[in-house]
Amino acid sequence: MSYELLRLTWWALLGILLIGFAVMDGFDLGSAALSPFVARNDIERRQILNSIGPVWEGNQVWFILGGGAIFAAWPALYAASFSGFYLAMFAVLAALIFRPLAIVYRSKLDSLRWRAAWDWIFFLTGVIPSLIFGVAFGNLFLGVPFGFDADLRFHSEITLLGLLRPFPLLAGLVSLTMILLHGATWLAMKTDGPVQARARSLTPVLSALFILLFIVAGIWLRALDAYAIAGPLAHEAPSNPMLKTVATTGSWFANYHAMPLLWLAPLLAILGAAAASFLRARPLIAFLGSGLTAAATIATAGLALFPFLLPSSSEPNASLTVWDASSSKLTLAIMLGVTLLFLPIVLAYTGWVFRVMRGPVRASDIAGDHGAY
Amino acid sequence: MDIVELSRLQFALTALYHFLFVPLTLGLSLILVIMESVYVMTGRAIWRDMTKFWGTLFGINFAMGVATGVTMEFQFGTNWAYYAHYVGDVFGAPLAIEGLMAFFLEATLVGLFFFGWDRLSKVGHLAVTAGVAIGSQFSALWILIANGWMQFPVGAKFNPDTMRMEVSDFMAVLFNPVAQAKFVHTVAAGYVTGSMFVLAISALFLLQKRHRPLALRSMTVAASFGLAASLCVVVLGDESGYTASENQKMKIAAIESMWETEPAPASFTLIGIPDREGRKTDYAVKIPWVLGLITTRSVDREVPGINDLVKLAEQRIRNGLIAYETLAKLRADRGNANLRRQLDAHVTDLGYALLLKRYRPDIENATQDDIARAAFSTVPNVPVLFWAFRLMVACGFWFILLFGTAFYFSATRRLDKYRLFLRAALFSLPLPWFAAELGWIVAEYGRQPWVIEGVLPTFLGVSGTGASNVLFSLIGFAVFYSGLAIADVYLMVKYIRLGPDETIGHPVAAPGVTNEVTA
Repeated sequence: MSYELLRLTWWALLGILLIGFAVMDGFDLGSAALSPFVARNDIERRQILNSIGPVWEGNQVWFILGGGAIFAAWPALYAASFSGFYLAMFAVLAALIFRPLAIVYRSKLDSLRWRAAWDWIFFLTGVIPSLIFGVAFGNLFLGVPFGFDADLRFHSEITLLGLLRPFPLLAGLVSLTMILLHGATWLAMKTDGPVQARARSLTPVLSALFILLFIVAGIWLRALDAYAIAGPLAHEAPSNPMLKTVATTGSWFANYHAMPLLWLAPLLAILGAAAASFLRARPLIAFLGSGLTAAATIATAGLALFPFLLPSSSEPNASLTVWDASSSKLTLAIMLGVTLLFLPIVLAYTGWVFRVMRGPVRASDIAGDHGAY
Repeated sequence: MDIVELSRLQFALTALYHFLFVPLTLGLSLILVIMESVYVMTGRAIWRDMTKFWGTLFGINFAMGVATGVTMEFQFGTNWAYYAHYVGDVFGAPLAIEGLMAFFLEATLVGLFFFGWDRLSKVGHLAVTAGVAIGSQFSALWILIANGWMQFPVGAKFNPDTMRMEVSDFMAVLFNPVAQAKFVHTVAAGYVTGSMFVLAISALFLLQKRHRPLALRSMTVAASFGLAASLCVVVLGDESGYTASENQKMKIAAIESMWETEPAPASFTLIGIPDREGRKTDYAVKIPWVLGLITTRSVDREVPGINDLVKLAEQRIRNGLIAYETLAKLRADRGNANLRRQLDAHVTDLGYALLLKRYRPDIENATQDDIARAAFSTVPNVPVLFWAFRLMVACGFWFILLFGTAFYFSATRRLDKYRLFLRAALFSLPLPWFAAELGWIVAEYGRQPWVIEGVLPTFLGVSGTGASNVLFSLIGFAVFYSGLAIADVYLMVKYIRLGPDETIGHPVAAPGVTNEVTA
């Protein structure tokens, strides 16, 4: 395989891992973020916890694997984005640290205050990452201020406040509604009684809100100046992000104009959300619909950005792209082999776990079960 | 404190904290497999209930391991960005493979361990438990392959076009002898920890005269598994020392506080007072021959002392400076094949030249004095290593004695006869954690000033983010982690106090009762 093709494949795999995270862990995050609104008492809250209880740990690995894959395949992107978005990353980390305990520890004590405290934490661990990931994606379209010195040492002038610009905040809301919708269809499928009814009645609202925000973001994106490769950028050359020139007068829709087939991605994002709403009487279909929306939304953004991974607003020539921010050819090839071998195995046993745990978590199941969360 | 010190402090804090939970996961997961296997083979329900009780404690610990593990992976990017760029091509791969091959397995199946008792067949559930255990062991393997590479960076070379280390031989990274030795030593330490946990809590039950059947059976498992593990941890730790002596001579010399090279075979300093400034060891009590035998497995090869190694470092710094200057010329003239050849000839010492960056940015103008200081900076903190190592080893021998006694009492059915023994078992509970943390201090603090031995100095690896950001996150971690530690210990103590019957929600089955009767 050529270096060019390997890089392209790893760009696609990066997208697949992010999609895996959004689809799989998205419903955990969404359920957490929805929990104060759809559960009114202890048993109902525990229905939510136990609906994700057997699967959230595996789901979270999609995120950890995403981080590991960026490290291995796109080390420059890993270094720049993780250190550049330092405080935002810390907030995500804090959420990921507290979430496991909010799920596992909450119901282990019979104290109202203990449980109420963990319920609050659980809610926040759903909302915070969902918002931050969207804001981060939004910032990619505007670029963030960073560059490299002669030793390729990364430096940045990124501040937390500097990331909270209008367009990224809108992207954060798109992400949040997408995750909430996915959580709602999950709970409608995996619970019964009042929780299920509330989740189902929220679905059309969230779906409409998502579609509206998604379209507004698209229109806004048209008006934004985009980054575009202007100078020489060999697709087979060693990864050094300082050897090209980048213009700041392109259009983020250039890829869509060049390849109209790509319009399928935003179309599917909207169709999935619509299906989740109109077919909500069939919970599995609705859940698959919101999953499709999550996948297609990430694809929409990724396809628009290509070949950029992380554009620099202060030194555009230092922007990270698919062609100059990857690992060596050997590392990409080895990691591709490992992924092709193990990802199907992961999917197989994940599917098996979901099959074993199929069926809703009923309120009546929880009260007498000592193993339940 | 500057950003380097803050970042190091945060990494040390979060890593040592994470490793409070890892060894128990490694050991207890296998103990659960043993207990559940007995249940599946004999059908005796007490073994199922034992698996459920210890499994509940396992779950409390596992959640903390997962929660604190995420921090470790992210920190390489958030706080060690230059490190991530410089070695990500090599170091990132084992981390990613860990997620794909190991962590996915344990994390996906652990949910079924708790929720699958009524949904799976007996054998099916045992397979799930085994999957969690296997996933944990593989997870340790890949992490230690990554860590082993930091200690002994094989199979990679510097690429001047990308200004970073790149993989040249992945098999060498995979089968790195240091990684192998560290893996077996680390998992064995985990098995000791798991065994001690079960042994000590069972001893408590026996001292309190409660849950006798469950405690006796648990103790028997812990005694035999723990004896095998504690023998392994000492023997395999010795193997670790042998491999380190091949490539980390400075670490060995520092652990021994051995300033001058001794004629072979070197003696082992049992105890003494290391003095880093005076470059000597006071009041040393030495055992002849032992160090030479352990580290070189011979009677005629020398173990080099610190002073000689510093001299060697000076030579390597000078050699590295040639590489550094060539690299600067090559950047201006990328196509020059002569310069590339010259760089190749000296590039293995490039890292040593980078040590000078601590003293001046324009290292090509370094004075003799700068070079001497940089060379002495390759000496780690001798007293800390000296003592950490000895305390760890002392713990190791105590484990052998304790588990050996437990094994003997178990075989002769006298486990609950001697209160002194039960008390000793109970009060030894914190020791495996203590020993494991000391082991990491020896391994990581002993590698300083390098983050990648001989390749990249630690102080160069940090991110360009503001020191105030790191201070903020450091305080955040300290606060969060303290709170979580309290919650974790509180829950553990609560379930141990409640005892197995309350924990699993029904009385533990009496010995001899088979599954079909109680289920």
